[in-house]
Formats: sequence, C-alpha cells, structure tokens
Amino acid sequence: MLSSSVRRPRRAIHLLAGVTACLLTIFLVTGASVAEEPQATPAGPPPAAATPPAAPAAVPAASAEMPKIKLPIVYLGKEYDEPPPLSYAEPIIRDKGIQGARLSIKEANQSGAFVGRAFDLEEAIVPANGDVVAKAKEILKHGDALIVADLTAPDLLAVADLPEAKNSILLNVRVSDEALRQEQCRSNIFHVIPDWAMRADAIAQYLIWKKWPRWFVLRGDSPADKDFVAQVQRAAKRYGGKIVEERVYSFPPGARNLDSGHQQIQGQMPMATEGAPEHDVLWVADTDEAFGDYLPFRTYTPRPVVGTQGMQALAWDPSYTEYGAMSFQNAMRKLAKRPPTERDYAGWLGVRILADGVMRSGKNTAPEVKAFLLSDGFNLEGFKGLALNFRDWDHQMRQPILLGGGTRTVVSKSPQEGFLHETNLTDTLGFDKPETKCKFR
Amino acid sequence: MIRQTSTAALAAFSLLCAAPCYAVTIFVSNEKDNTISVVDGNTLEVTKTIKVARRPRGIVLSPDYKELFVAAGDGDIMDVIDTKTLEVSRHLESGPDPELMAIDPKGERIYIANEDDSLVTIMDIKSSEVLGEVPVGVEPEGMVVSPDGKIAVATSESTSMAHIIDTEKMKLIANVLVDSRPREAKFTADGKELWVSSEVGGTISVIDPATWKVVKKIRFQVPGVRPELLQPVGIEFSKDGKLAFTALGPANRVAVIDTATKEVKDYILVGQRPWHLEPDPEGKKLYVANGLTNDMTIIDMETLKPEKSVSVGRLPWGVAIMP
Repeated sequence: MLSSSVRRPRRAIHLLAGVTACLLTIFLVTGASVAEEPQATPAGPPPAAATPPAAPAAVPAASAEMPKIKLPIVYLGKEYDEPPPLSYAEPIIRDKGIQGARLSIKEANQSGAFVGRAFDLEEAIVPANGDVVAKAKEILKHGDALIVADLTAPDLLAVADLPEAKNSILLNVRVSDEALRQEQCRSNIFHVIPDWAMRADAIAQYLIWKKWPRWFVLRGDSPADKDFVAQVQRAAKRYGGKIVEERVYSFPPGARNLDSGHQQIQGQMPMATEGAPEHDVLWVADTDEAFGDYLPFRTYTPRPVVGTQGMQALAWDPSYTEYGAMSFQNAMRKLAKRPPTERDYAGWLGVRILADGVMRSGKNTAPEVKAFLLSDGFNLEGFKGLALNFRDWDHQMRQPILLGGGTRTVVSKSPQEGFLHETNLTDTLGFDKPETKCKFR
Repeated sequence: MIRQTSTAALAAFSLLCAAPCYAVTIFVSNEKDNTISVVDGNTLEVTKTIKVARRPRGIVLSPDYKELFVAAGDGDIMDVIDTKTLEVSRHLESGPDPELMAIDPKGERIYIANEDDSLVTIMDIKSSEVLGEVPVGVEPEGMVVSPDGKIAVATSESTSMAHIIDTEKMKLIANVLVDSRPREAKFTADGKELWVSSEVGGTISVIDPATWKVVKKIRFQVPGVRPELLQPVGIEFSKDGKLAFTALGPANRVAVIDTATKEVKDYILVGQRPWHLEPDPEGKKLYVANGLTNDMTIIDMETLKPEKSVSVGRLPWGVAIMP
C-alpha cells in the first residue's frame, strides 16, 4: 500500500535514524568500540567522494582503425601441496584458479576484438619442486609484467621484492594472509582474494544481525588458523561479539572418512567440543581441513558451525545465482567440467581486472594500468551487484562476501544492511583506512 | 432507491477510472513462477495467469498487438501468446537462453539477445526462419530497434558495450564502450538519441547515432541512499518525449529525467527492485514491475505519483501493455 511518495522518504529516514540509535546503543552497552569514526546520520547526502566516478579521459573510441595490440598476461603459480578434501567422495582438484583465468582470457579476447585488442595468457605454473622466483625472473627479463599471482605469501613477497618486479602488477588470487595487507604490504601487489579480516567481519556481521553474539572458537594450530582467529577476535571487538572460549583442537588429525570411520568421529567430536561456556555458534578455524567438516551436527550442544567449514565467508560459491552469476557458473562448468571454486573466480577476476584495465584506460604499460586501477574510473563488474574496485590504502579489492559453502543455497551476503559507513558500506569489511597498518614502500 | 443505487454505482465507476476511461491489458512476466500475469487496466485485477516455459523474462508485443512474445531463458525457447485467446499458440526456436528481444516497427522481424551464446539472432516473425546471427559481446541482454528500422542495438553486460547492427546487412557497424553492466538500450521516438543504462556503473549513457559516441552521462543521487544502490535498468520515454523514466533496482525508485537537460527531476518510490517498466500507449500511466515485492506499481505520468500496487506472480521482470 502506497501513500504519497513525499512522506515515504522521510519515514525511511526516521527508520534509519532509529536503527542508528539502536546500533549505537548496542555498541555502547556491550563496551565494543566501532573501529571507524562516529557515523554521520544517514539522512545527510553522501559526501562528494562517494558519487559515481567521472568517465576516464582515455576511454578508447570504438573504431576499426585501432592497432591490434597484444598484451601478455601471466598466470604465475606452483603445484603446491594442498590438503585433500576430507571425504573420499570428493574429487581432488588440481587446476583451481587457472581454469578461471582461461575462461577470462577467452572473454577478454571476445570483448577486445571489438576494439582491436587481443590478449595472451601465459601459463607459468612451476612443478612442486620448481623454483617460482626463478620463473618470475625469466618473465620479468622481458620488462614490466601483468601477473596473476597464485602464490603462497613467502613466494609472493619474494617475487614482489625482486628489483625487476618494481613496476609490475601482481594480483594475489590465493592467500588471505593479513600481514600482506598490513605490515608486509607492497605497492606492486593487489589483492583480489579477501583477507581474513574481511572474512571474519562478513561472518560476524551476520551473526550479530541474527543475535548470535556468543562464539566458541575451535582452531587448529597452523599459522593460517591463528591468523584467522586473530581477525575473529578483532571482529568480536568491532561488532559486539563475545568469544566465550578459544580452544585448540588437540585430537590426532581425523582419518579421512572410510567405511567404518564414522563411529569414531561421532564420539570424538562431542569430546572435542564439550564443556565450553554457553554459546550460540561454534566458530572453527581449520585451514588444513583436518577436522572442521566433521563438526556440523556432531557438536556437544546443538550449535551451527561457521568459519572455515560450515557457513563460510567466500568470494564465490558454486550455488550462487544472483546478478548474472549463472553465466559464470555455466561457463566454468562447461570449460573445467566441474563447478567453479573460489580460486577460479579469483583467477577469473584477476585476468578481467588486467584486461579491463587495459581496455578502459587505453594504456599498455604496467605503471599506467596500475594508475588506472587505483583511479575513480576503475569499476569492475563481478556478479556481486556492486562495482568492485581497490582500496588505495592497502590495495585490497573491496567486495561483498558470500556466506555459504556448506549449504545448497547461499545463506547471505555481507555487508549486512543496518551496519553503517560514511562512504562505502563494503568498507565495513576488513581494515578501513583509519586502521590500516600498511605503509607502502 | 434504484436511482440512488445507480448514482452510487456511477460514482463508484468514475472513481475507478478518471475520464476518459479506456481499457488496457497489462502483461507481466514472472521470472520465478514461469507464468505471465494478465492484469485488467481498469479493475487492476489479475484476470488470468498463463503458463509458459521456464524463466520468462523479456516480454514484447507485436506492433499490431496480436501476439505477445515471451523469452523463456531456461526453456531455451520463445513462447508466443495469442492475445485474443490468451494461450500459447506457437513457439520460436530462439536459440539458447533468450533474455530480451525487440521487434522492428514493421512487425516483420524479431531480434533476440541470446545470453549464453553471445549472439543476436534475427528471425522472421511469421515463419520463424533464422535470417542471420550476429556475434556480439559477452552476456548480451538489451535489445532495441531504431524507429526507422535501420539499426538494431544489443548491449553486452560483461563486455560492457552497446553493439550497433546494420539491420539490412546484418553486420556490426560500431561498438560503443559504456559503463559496467549495460542492461537496456532505448532510442528516443525521433531516433536522434540512444540511451543505454549501466546497472553496476550507475549511469545512463546518451549516445549520438550520427557518430556513435557517448555525448552525455546521466548520474543519480538520492539523499540517504547508498550510491552503489542506484542501478538503472529499464528506460522508457513519455509520449511527448519530454520525460524519461528509469527503474533504479535496489534503490526501489523510478527516476524521472528531463530529456532536454538530462537532469533528474524526481525520484518516485515504488516496490523493491524495480527493473522494467512500461507506459500505456496513451502515455497516461506507467507500470513498474517490482521484482522482490512480487507486485506492480502504477504511476500516474502527469502527477508523477505512485497510485497503487497490484500483486502479480513471483519475481516479476518485464511488462507489456496492450490497448
């Protein structure tokens, strides 16, 4: 039922003001501190910086006389050892990421043909015992490069710190290590994959919206597990969550589930999770995939599982269908003969960022493309319903995060409505400008 | 007694439709229900629900109003509904995943955007013979034919271009880069401007058909609404051409644009996630499909006020109006 269109916006503003008051009260009462500055009232007009960007000056006019320019994009990776999936029934996927890149280069050439541009994907994936830094040196001999980097953090930094890599662009599509966005940030690295802080915040916002603020954290002992949990602790402070206990999973790594394995696991999981103070969810950090998938429906008390298993915070989910996602889902299944993984989406985005950067800027050199990626003119479409672009304080791609992975449909998408931000709601996920520890060298 | 009743009846009747009263029929495609809702323009009641193939989106009437074309994306087919019997009377083999289509002013040809195949399929409407296929960019959606029938334009959502097709030669003559995710292309009635909406880019690009260059970008701003939610999709013009209307998706509004100055005059609040809208042929009312509230809002084009919302099927996508 609609009344006059004039009254509605004012009522909406009152509602937003009421929600603001409510949330501020929650924050004050729980003693949590919101990381960013006190929010402006939502009734005010958005600041000038938030208005859509001006068209970039150098957008190439579509014409047939443009020279055919071939620009190599390199997919740099290594056949790293990865933990196999917990279930024997699941196939071991060895081509995560590169398949997404292959689809993306195909599309880049399809689009580029209309404006006289062609793109080459150079696949530089060294074997498990290979030297990826040496490979990078080889590539960089030919000059500045546009690189989609599917590397672990130490390898990524080793490549980025090569003197010859100074003016190249490295897009991190693999690792969520927080340090790479903070103390170990590099001017030539851009992060496509979300960091642990974004993932933790994405889940935390949903849990607070659900009024499930008490979290029992169960973690493995790897550096990545600890990294994630540090960000979960940060998220608790920001959003008013309460970690009732943090426990290290101390049972021997669960055997992959065989014919008779389930009785052991059925007994083991309650033992691993009993005795915690009252909580609403079990938050698991198990990046080695040793026990986390055994937790749902086996915890001592009946509680949902979130984190690295159960409801996860992901850049992509094979069941995601919104905003044209089906075209990617179908195209990936056709090309790779399997559903797309998160790294496939990141690889796809990586190539798209570079190709789009070249096409829209009209520039051919890495430094010029990099400048465009950081400009107001760069707004990428990636099936998330919002334009994707980079934060200039840490080069992390800002993006909505899907909550799913352990369910047949996506549970939700963060940032959640009701949380507030001065300029961009998506910046409520991860480290915002005032909090960043990144100082580009 | 009888006199009072008939006066009352007359009064009630005149309340229903401001003079002059005319009967339009509104067709709404329900993407999730796989149906078309048929709504009576006077009573605003759903008089019939027509079952169609899976995932109906694009919905377009032939210029003589005798046939209603429905692009059923997941059914990989175009259902054709006889507007007299309100039954599916035939199908067009549209090619895979048709989303939107446009019919030339003479009613002879239909241009179909095949989303999954990056193609525009050109078909003879009567015989359904495929006359040609034009490869375009990735994920084509928007489809329009110029008022003189000489040009067809398809937008590719992923490549972010408007592709200009010479309809006689059935070849691409230009490709215009626009902002991210262009969903709809529409010519002004005089054919002098081509308007293209960029959903994620948040702009409408006005393109000059003489040069095929973007001459102006229209932007949106609503106090209290996050800028990234202002996502223009459907575009329609008033009968006198003075106003343009665009549905802004998650902003839950329709923007009203002065076509001469390209300035946004007003924002009209409707239901949730409006994408497509359609004016009646007289240009009196504007019908807006609200995807997430499963209803359709009727806007009076003179007062620019929303008057009523009518429940239709689930995830309503597009609207077609028959006088």
